[in-house]
Amino acid sequence: MKLHRINALLIRHLYMYRRSLPRIMDIFYWPVMELLVWGFLSAYLTNSNLGGINIVSVLLGALIFWDILSQSQKSVSVAFLEDVWERNLLNIFVTPLRPSEFLISTAILGIIRIALVSLVMGLLAFFFYSFNLFQLGFALLPFFLNLLIFGWAIGVVIIGIIMRYGTQAQILAFGVIFLVQPVSAVFYPVSALPYGLQIVSRLLPSSYVFEGMRTVIAGGEVLSSNLLMAFLTNTAYVVLSLLFFYGMFARAKRRGLLLKLE
Amino acid sequence: MSAIIEVKNLRKEFGRAVAVDGISFGIEEGSITALLGPNGAGKTTTIQMLLDIITPTSGEIYLLGKLLRSHREEILAQVNFSSPYVSMPNNLTVWENLATFGRLYGVRNLKKKIYQLAEMFEISDLMKKWTSSLSTGQVTRLNLAKAFLNDPKVLLLDEATASLDPDIADKTRKLLSRMQKERGITILYTSHNMAEIEELCDRVIFLQKGRIVDDARPADMISKYGRKDLNEVFLHIARGDNESLNPNI
Ligand SMILES: Nc1ncnc2c1ncn2[C@@H]1O[C@H](COP(=O)(O)OP(=O)(O)O)[C@@H](O)[C@H]1O
Ligand SMILES: [Mg+2]
Repeated sequence: MKLHRINALLIRHLYMYRRSLPRIMDIFYWPVMELLVWGFLSAYLTNSNLGGINIVSVLLGALIFWDILSQSQKSVSVAFLEDVWERNLLNIFVTPLRPSEFLISTAILGIIRIALVSLVMGLLAFFFYSFNLFQLGFALLPFFLNLLIFGWAIGVVIIGIIMRYGTQAQILAFGVIFLVQPVSAVFYPVSALPYGLQIVSRLLPSSYVFEGMRTVIAGGEVLSSNLLMAFLTNTAYVVLSLLFFYGMFARAKRRGLLLKLE
Repeated sequence: MSAIIEVKNLRKEFGRAVAVDGISFGIEEGSITALLGPNGAGKTTTIQMLLDIITPTSGEIYLLGKLLRSHREEILAQVNFSSPYVSMPNNLTVWENLATFGRLYGVRNLKKKIYQLAEMFEISDLMKKWTSSLSTGQVTRLNLAKAFLNDPKVLLLDEATASLDPDIADKTRKLLSRMQKERGITILYTSHNMAEIEELCDRVIFLQKGRIVDDARPADMISKYGRKDLNEVFLHIARGDNESLNPNI
């Protein structure tokens, strides 16, 4: 493991982000628009006085958390796709760079993106709706960490899918995360799901994070057993995603696909 | 004689198709060797296997005296590659691209190195330009500059000199030749420019349908087949008969 190589890839992406409008938009534009639309809607709903709990907080929390998950996923898959789109993959992999170093650099990129998104969304939510992200306290750390890891694992699977099926699969690949959304209890509790899906939901680290978030906003405490479950299931997904990634990488090398991906 | 590249019974199948059919060769340190052969002969596949981008079906590859399979990282740090079928990110400037690869190779005194190479390949005034704005010839020079960033001991070039204008092509040949003489760098490369190969190479390995059909010094190959230049030798071997001497074709 060589830091200078991880660093090289990071700086390369920062060069691009620094001045690329579409990439900056990807980080800020959509999250901010979502936040505004849903924030105002929920403020309106609260004013029309439906139910007791703070809908604004729950929705805003859900939005911010969901974006963290999806930003993490995107950081990984887009970092890979950049090299595919630019036909640069071969140049990268004829250097001593290890695939693991590549993956770590994307995780760090994910942390940077998450920091930016949560900062901007957190500030907006505070000024527009007096929603304070920090009311979640120290639980924020394990929450964010789990979302980061889970998003990363999904992103790694997406890279594997693209190596397997080529870039024609990229739209499909980006859909993977929306497969996870309904069963992650993002906007509603796990109990709102039919029983079968509740079980699926319990196998996803994200569901523990979103449930935990709501619990804390409602003034309760997160159960450490739930956090533990989040970390445990996450570990399983990381292992599975890496197995899939390395399998697909080896396959691509056997079939000479690294040359042909575009 | 020490072989810096040693290939033993190297074979690559893609499904049922055999791209490289059990070839063996050793390449002497400090030499320039051309892999010659018609399209589809297996040149690119061979070079990609030497870079561990394609996994061989069977056979062994030793680079710098070590088994590639188990010493990838160590070996690739001393090897580099250039080809027009690979490109550097268009959305970075020339300088940013060279800096990125310099960092990937862990180059010391990177700035100085980049400016030296830029001078050599005459891309100094392009440093701040977008890579997307470069002409084909400029991209080729950028790719070549990248290939020298880590002071490679072994340089693999796949049609890297295609699309250079005669002036730059000539300079590039002189540069490659100088690198070989001054630094003892070993070059294995493919090209369809026969005159270039004659001028530059100590040795030609002729591949056809994944097999080595001849292996000799360019001059020896020309006299052996009784032709006037390598171009005619190529046509002769590739067509497998005397068509190349038929003025009607
Ligand atoms: N990734 C691949 N999958 C299937 N067949 C391939 C692949 N790469 C090369 N081939 C086949 O292998 C043979 C050798 O190709 P290649 O090494 O590119 O030849 P050259 O570089 O000498 O033109 C060709 O028949 C080509 O079609
Ligand atoms: Mg080729």
